[in-house]
Parts: sequence; C-alpha cells; structure tokens
Amino acid sequence: MLARAITHALVGLEPRKVEVEAHLRGGAPSFAIVGLADRACQEAKERVASAIRSAELFWPDGRLIVNLAPAELRKEGSGFDVPIALALLAASGQVPHSRLAEHASIGELALDGRIRRVGGVLAVAEGARRAGLSEILCPSDACGEAALAGVEPIPVRHLADAARYLRGDLELEPYVPTNGVVRPTTSLDLAEVRGQERARRALELAAAGGHNLLLGGPPGTGKTMLARRLPGILPPLAEHEALEVTRIHSVAGLLDAEQPLIAEPPFRAPHHSASTAAIVGGGPRLRPGEASLAHNGVLLLDEFAEFQRPALEALRQPLEDGVISVARAAGNVRFPARFQLVGTMNLCACGARGDPNTQCTCSAQRLARYRDKLSRALLDRFDLVVAMPRPRAVELAGGPGEPSAVVRERVCAARERLRTGAPRRDEAADALLTRAVERLGLSGRGRARVARVARTIAALADSDAVGSEHVAEALSYRTPGELTT
Amino acid sequence: MTVLTRSGLPPLLRAVHGPPGRLYLRGAGDPALLADPAVAVVGARACSPYGAQVARMLGRELAAAGLVVVSGLARGIDGEAHRGALEADGHTVAVLGCGIDRDYPAAHASLARQIAERSLIVSEYEADIEPAPWRFPARNRIIAGLCAATIVVEARERSGALITADFALEEGREVFAVPGEITSALSAGTNALLRLGATPLTSTADVLESLGIELPQSVAVGSHPLLELLPASADELVRRSGLPANEVAAALTELELSGLAAEGEGVFRRCS
Repeated sequence: MLARAITHALVGLEPRKVEVEAHLRGGAPSFAIVGLADRACQEAKERVASAIRSAELFWPDGRLIVNLAPAELRKEGSGFDVPIALALLAASGQVPHSRLAEHASIGELALDGRIRRVGGVLAVAEGARRAGLSEILCPSDACGEAALAGVEPIPVRHLADAARYLRGDLELEPYVPTNGVVRPTTSLDLAEVRGQERARRALELAAAGGHNLLLGGPPGTGKTMLARRLPGILPPLAEHEALEVTRIHSVAGLLDAEQPLIAEPPFRAPHHSASTAAIVGGGPRLRPGEASLAHNGVLLLDEFAEFQRPALEALRQPLEDGVISVARAAGNVRFPARFQLVGTMNLCACGARGDPNTQCTCSAQRLARYRDKLSRALLDRFDLVVAMPRPRAVELAGGPGEPSAVVRERVCAARERLRTGAPRRDEAADALLTRAVERLGLSGRGRARVARVARTIAALADSDAVGSEHVAEALSYRTPGELTT
Repeated sequence: MTVLTRSGLPPLLRAVHGPPGRLYLRGAGDPALLADPAVAVVGARACSPYGAQVARMLGRELAAAGLVVVSGLARGIDGEAHRGALEADGHTVAVLGCGIDRDYPAAHASLARQIAERSLIVSEYEADIEPAPWRFPARNRIIAGLCAATIVVEARERSGALITADFALEEGREVFAVPGEITSALSAGTNALLRLGATPLTSTADVLESLGIELPQSVAVGSHPLLELLPASADELVRRSGLPANEVAAALTELELSGLAAEGEGVFRRCS
C-alpha cells in the first residue's frame, strides 16, 4: 500500500513543498527513510516506531520505505516526524488517505506519542496555504503562529488524537486566537535616565529617522542603559512588518506560544564574542543570525570595538541593502536584515578617556590600534555619533527624565511627517551645509548623512522646511575627527 | 630632494653644539625657509583633547603671525601643530627621525604630503634608514636647533619633548611650557619645566612678544553667551544656559565652524 502526506521543508525562510511517501511491502520487516534526510531526520525512524506503539496503534509488519520528495532537496530537523508517522498509518490502512491528503502536517514526536513543537511552523503553514491546503495538523502550542499564515490550525497533542481526528472519531476544539491580549510591557523607560540631554536627544532622532547611532564614552556613563531604551520609543510595527519579523523568529524557534505575533520592534544584543555566522546567519543549518532577528528593529552591539573585525565588516552588506545573502554550493539563501544599528564603545582601550576623574594609560600605539579596529567604511554607516561624558553628581541627583511614552508620541508624529512629505532644505540651510563641507572636510557620504539627519530634526520640530538651525544641529552629531585620525 | 652640507645649514642650527653633518630636504618649500624665524611646538603622542586643541591653536596662530612652525610629525601634539599651521596657510617644517624618504608614522602619510606640498620635510638621515628609538633624541636636537623658541604643550615625566626642551635650554633658546592640571600625568613634564624656570605660555602673544614680533591685527573676536561657559560638555551647557539640547547643539556647531570652539571627547573648549 502507498500513502502520501504533505509538509514543507525550509530553505532559509522559504517553504518548499515536500511529499512524504510511505510504501508498505511484503517481506522481512525493515524500515528505511530515503530522500536526502539529515541525521535528525533519520532518527525519526526510532521516534516514529515508538510513538506509534505508544499511541496503541498498530506497527505494520513488512518492509517500510519512506521517501521524502523531491529527493534533491536537503531535509533537516525533526518536524517531519508527524507527517512520516501519518503516512505510515495511512499506508497500513489505519487512517483514511483522502482525509490525510486534505491536511498539511508538522511536528516532532515524543517516544510516548506526544507531539512537540518545532521551529518554523509559520513559514511551513504559509507553504501549506500556497499549496492550496486549508488545514494543518500542528503541535497545539504552535497553533498561534500557524493561524497567522491564514490556514486553519488543527491542534493535536498526541499522535493518537491525530489518528482519531483523521478517522473522524474525534472532534478537536478549534483553535481560538489569543491575539488582542496585550502582553505586559517589560520595556525599559527613559524616565530612569538622568541627565545626558544630548544623548537623549540623539536617541530620539535615531528613533524618528531610523538612523544608526554610535555612543562613545567612558564606562558607567549610561551608554548601554540609554541604548536599551530605544525600542521603547519606536512606533509599533505595521502588519506586514510584524509578519516578517514573526516568520524569522519562528524559524529560530523563539516565538511565544501564547502571543506569537511580534508587533513591537525586536531588540537583539549579541555578546561581543559572537562569531560572524552568529551575527549574519548561515552555518551548516542556514539559520538566521542576530542581524536578521533584529529585522525591523534594533541591533545593539555593546562594546562595539571589541567585536571581531570580520563580524563587523560582514554587517556592511545588510546595512546597505537590508538583506543578507548566504551563498552555499546548493544555492543562495536570503535573509531580510533591515535593522537599526546602535553601537556603544569606550574612547580608548583602557576606558579612562573622557572621564575627568581618571587618567588614560594607553600608549599612542595602543590608542591608534583601538581606533583602527573601526574601519572608516563602518564608521561611515553611523548617522549619529555622540560622546557621552561622565555626568556630574548634580545631574544624577536631578529629577527623572521625560518618560518613553511622551517621546514615542513625538517620534510617531515625526515618522508620519517624513512619510507624507519630508521637509526640504531652504537656502540658508544649503549655504551652511556647503560651508561645513568645505571647512570640516566632509565626504559625499558624510554630507548626505548630515542632510538626512537635518531632515529628521526638521520633521521632529514639525517644520515645513529644513532650516540652517536644523543643519547646524545635525552637524554636531557627525563622526568626530578623533575617531578617524 | 636637496642636501645641505654643514656650511649650508641655517645659522641657528649651525650654531648648536654638534650640528648635523648634512641635512636632507624634501618638499616644495624654499630651503631658505629654514633660516626664517621659527618656533618648535612639541609634546606627547598620547595627548589629551586639551593638549590637542592647544597645539592646533598655537600652530595656527604662530603660522598666521608669519613664523615657521617646526615639529616632529609624530602623533598627538606634533601632528596637531603641523595641522594648525597648514590651516592658517602658513609654513611648517617636519623633522624626521628616520630616512628622508620615509613618512613615519604611516598614519601621518597624508599630513606629510600636505607639508611637502607647501613647506619642507627634513632629516639628517639619508633614504632607507629605519626609524629607531635612539634616533629620536638626535632628531629633537635639530628641532630645537632650528628654532628661536620651543614650546612644550603636554609631556609626561620622562617624555621625548623634555629632551627637546633640554637642548633648547643648553643652547640658550627660549623655552615655553603650557601649564596643565597639577593632577594630570600628562602635565607632569610641563609643570616640572615651569618649576625649573621655563616661561609659562598663556597665549600665543607671549611667544610673539618674546621674539619681538608685532601682534597681527586680531580679527574681530566673536562673542557668544555659551563661550563664557566653556570648557564644558554639551549637557552642562544645557543645564547652565537653560537652553534646550537641540539649540545648544546648533549653537556649538556655529561656534565650531567659525573656529571659536572645538570638541574633544565630548567636552567643548574655546579655540583662542
């Protein structure tokens, strides 16, 4: 007997249809899986055999062959367990073929037959919808993300339930989305930051214009504290953006079961020991990296200069194109990675520079080496560079700063303004920009950056035109000479 | 490239004890430039933003007054002094501690090119000679020897800049030291010089006066309420002036563009 179940394999974030064919022939008992299955996939044999027996279903006698077609596509992971088990059950006449053909399926089997969640259910469910299937059998805690794809998720907890459901012996209660329940925000508030008016202002500009921001200064001045509060003043994601972010996080297996849709800009802060593959993605299993997980959100590189140089340079492509393409012999995989970069760094290797209370002990060579780590090309990607000196005691003793909610309102208004009709420079602004380019030796890219920031400043001021005062302020956030010479 | 033999050396340098046997010259400047009134501006390589700004200001104002600014092309103070002189479209001479064809340090290759386009780079070493630690004190004696006065901007306790000052003192030339914080290691050398009797430098006019040079008609000094509050960080200015952060940022840029203030590591200082 021959039976077929439908599922999808992921290439990067793209679902590819996979037909799981099971054939039961007479002969000495054996079980083989063919069709370029990786190790986790081969191990499905043992899990499927145990799960079928645990579910008090019948393990067929004879030669069992499972083929994952198309055979040329690499299949990875344990999500094929459920479709393999269901195809075997259909091949041995324990569930009806016709019902199985109407359902996509995904999930990992436990030895006792329970169905476990795997990563990438959203993308697989989207594949099912495109393949014309309207229902997907999936682990009950992954129903939320499957529902986002616009297919009907059938929540199954156990293989026995799945078999009884397909036979029509069991009515499963339909999945009720819990969306709309507001998750308590754990985001940090700007009110906790005292003083640092200039850096706060730069943070607001970064949020309003989507600019990359570099904060420099001695340790303990609040660089990281401030950077972590950027997501809290960003506007919520649009629907299609939220879906993109959710898809990436689904593949990485990072989604919340209760509230799968990620509606707020994501925030990622990899440690500075992270490898290039961890940051831009790739590796043998082609996983999205931190840069992709920060898509439509914020990527914070704390201690920017401590990151490995290759990892930093690898960020240049996504900063330019918003996409990371990982090339493999088998083909190209593209991960979206349009993120806002925030870096923090000390001003020298010992960290004392910029702190009036301590002496920098770096030699000239050590200082030069520290600054050489940041290539000009990379520094050029930061629209806003701010040095944060150590705040005085009077500032720390002052009252709380402006809360995030107030800043966020201004940011949203400015974004709206930039979208509907960005303000243009007036004559005085043009003259100042030209003077600055001559006097400060700005590069063409540097000039464009200043112009961009000035536009954001004008939008935040709700001004109809970019005036010279806006250009002047924008110029004060340019990359300081001491980082480039 | 030109070579000066001992008899062709500028008079001030020929007068020192143990003058170089020959001097190699590179650059578009007239060799007679070396005989013009010159001032050395030297100091630490790992300098503070304060030192960097003072060196740049001295370079600019001395060159504007028609003096040749001499230094050693090193990182930090030396480089800033050269840059200041170039900014003022004046003359500046870099004295190398390695072969005349080398640009050392490599990070200052473009600075060396700018100097060579207008003025001179000199060395007592022929082409291909590697930089070596013991060559730099010898180089310092040429820096001091070329100049009527030597200014030490910032120096640690046993800094090469102090060697330059020692040479200048031995030859009876004027030595100025820029006063610094007594608690800063970067000012330990300069403050020690002051204690030994060097002239404290409080403005460029001090140098010009000692050399008997007329002060150039000073350009109208701009005034701005924020200038009175410097040195300060932008945040302190926000707090002390009562202006919002964006207005302070815009005003500071205007001051920078007019050359009245400059930023270093988050702290803004007056430039004159």
